[in-house]
Amino acid sequence: MLKKLNNIGDSAIVCDFGEEVNQTINNEVIKLFHYVRKQAALGNIEGILNCAPSYNKLIISFDLEKTNSKNVSNFLNSAKFKNLNFIEDKKNWIIPICYDFEIDLENISKQLKLDKEEIINIHLNSIFFIYMIGFVPGHPFMGDLDPKLFLNRLKTPRVKVPAGSVGIVEKFCNIYPHESPGGWNIIGRTPTKLFNTKDNVKPSLLTPGDTVKFKSISKKEFNNFIND
Amino acid sequence: MTNSIFKVLRSGINTTYQDEGRFGAQHLGIPTSGCMDHKSFIFANAIVGNKKKYGVIEFAYQGPLLKLIKGKTKIAIAGNVHFKIINLNNDTINGECNRSYNLNEGDSIDILATDKSIYGYMSVEGGFKIKSFFHSVSTLVKARIGPNNGNKISLEDKITTNQNRKNENNFKVNISSENSNTIRVLKGPQYDFFSEKSKKLFFSQLYKVSNLTDRMGMRLEGQTLENIINTNIRSEGITKGAIQVPADGQPIILLTDCPTIGGYPKIANIITADYDLLVQKIPGTNISFKCIDLEEAEQLYKKKRNNISKIIKDIKKIN
Repeated sequence: MLKKLNNIGDSAIVCDFGEEVNQTINNEVIKLFHYVRKQAALGNIEGILNCAPSYNKLIISFDLEKTNSKNVSNFLNSAKFKNLNFIEDKKNWIIPICYDFEIDLENISKQLKLDKEEIINIHLNSIFFIYMIGFVPGHPFMGDLDPKLFLNRLKTPRVKVPAGSVGIVEKFCNIYPHESPGGWNIIGRTPTKLFNTKDNVKPSLLTPGDTVKFKSISKKEFNNFIND
Repeated sequence: MTNSIFKVLRSGINTTYQDEGRFGAQHLGIPTSGCMDHKSFIFANAIVGNKKKYGVIEFAYQGPLLKLIKGKTKIAIAGNVHFKIINLNNDTINGECNRSYNLNEGDSIDILATDKSIYGYMSVEGGFKIKSFFHSVSTLVKARIGPNNGNKISLEDKITTNQNRKNENNFKVNISSENSNTIRVLKGPQYDFFSEKSKKLFFSQLYKVSNLTDRMGMRLEGQTLENIINTNIRSEGITKGAIQVPADGQPIILLTDCPTIGGYPKIANIITADYDLLVQKIPGTNISFKCIDLEEAEQLYKKKRNNISKIIKDIKKIN
């Protein structure tokens, strides 16, 4: 539950849901996120610029020209949490993955003393919940991975990870939407485009609170996807 | 012919289209971006008579050299910038900031350098003809988002305006420059992660703006701050103006193009009223921080806003 509201500078408020990171808490964060965005769209609260959910916090920034910390706090305090719902906003995605594009499976297999097939099966059978999207456009932080697959970040991050790479660290799984530097353990690659700079309405495929299940595809299917 | 076209003969440094920023997409990982110095952006539009906040051209240190190859337009340069206007007969005039100029086909504008500041702005009457993405024409080069396919404006590019000049009059504003090197802040969410000695040090020492300063962030150099709790926090949403302190104890101020989430403790946040002043500080400048409270920060914002409105109201026609 929402523990407290604090100011961040003069034009943002953090809604703090406590220290723990789990789906129940993140669900509450996302509920409030959808609620604030809806109320802002309806014109019931003015001046909201951004709502950024993370594992256990929601950061709301606003335009000092139109509102202030007191107005936004009052609005948040009046939200009736019990009545908030976001099922209607939630999407369940099936995302193709080709494990032939792994980079780290060999090492992971040695580290965890599990064979590759087993690692892939555990990953395929997980239903991932999107805790947050960020750092770079369209980049999802998803969980929770089976504890059998818990790993640390790479000691030395890679300078370049190909776009679409799927990585794991601790209980989290990510997908790199763009070629970028990265320190996650790469187990495969998806041909699905997570971010489209030409789409004006919904540039990011995924939204916080959605779920993702992976579907294994062959190299040939991967290439067909890319060429479509 | 309904609009005018410039050809880029020199691109300048980090020359991009920017407006107020792209809002409502932080939860998708899209940084706000937008003009660094908001006040100059507002003036740039107002001086050429734009009622709307059209996208402008932002440059850093050195601006572009542009030749008007078609049409006629009205331009203004905002900020603190040296520039020249060269007309068809090769007559050159030294440009004055914060006033408008009428340019005709064949005229060039050579934006030489910013003076004791980083960012300058060029506006045109009626705005530039550029495509918006997610309600904004701000360019985020890092993610290739925005006009010009998300790229910087470069040599040989064509810059098109929405319209040819409609108003033949020129205008100017009087802006008194702010030079203070004291930047006012509010305590940050992890203020108490730092030792008592470090808290005192943060507000008493001079910080040097380092060369590692760009649209994403400003790195500062000073005596190291000591974090007594944890040098990492769980990743959370971040906002521009936050002063984060990574494990090395040297603050980084997050600026307009900063990522959407981050995991370093934040000792303080720049107040909105002082943000424009801060971003114009060139590397090597010594700055210091002063702690104020929320109420004062809000009042300072109102004062600044009223001051800007007053300056715009006082825009004068040049005879």
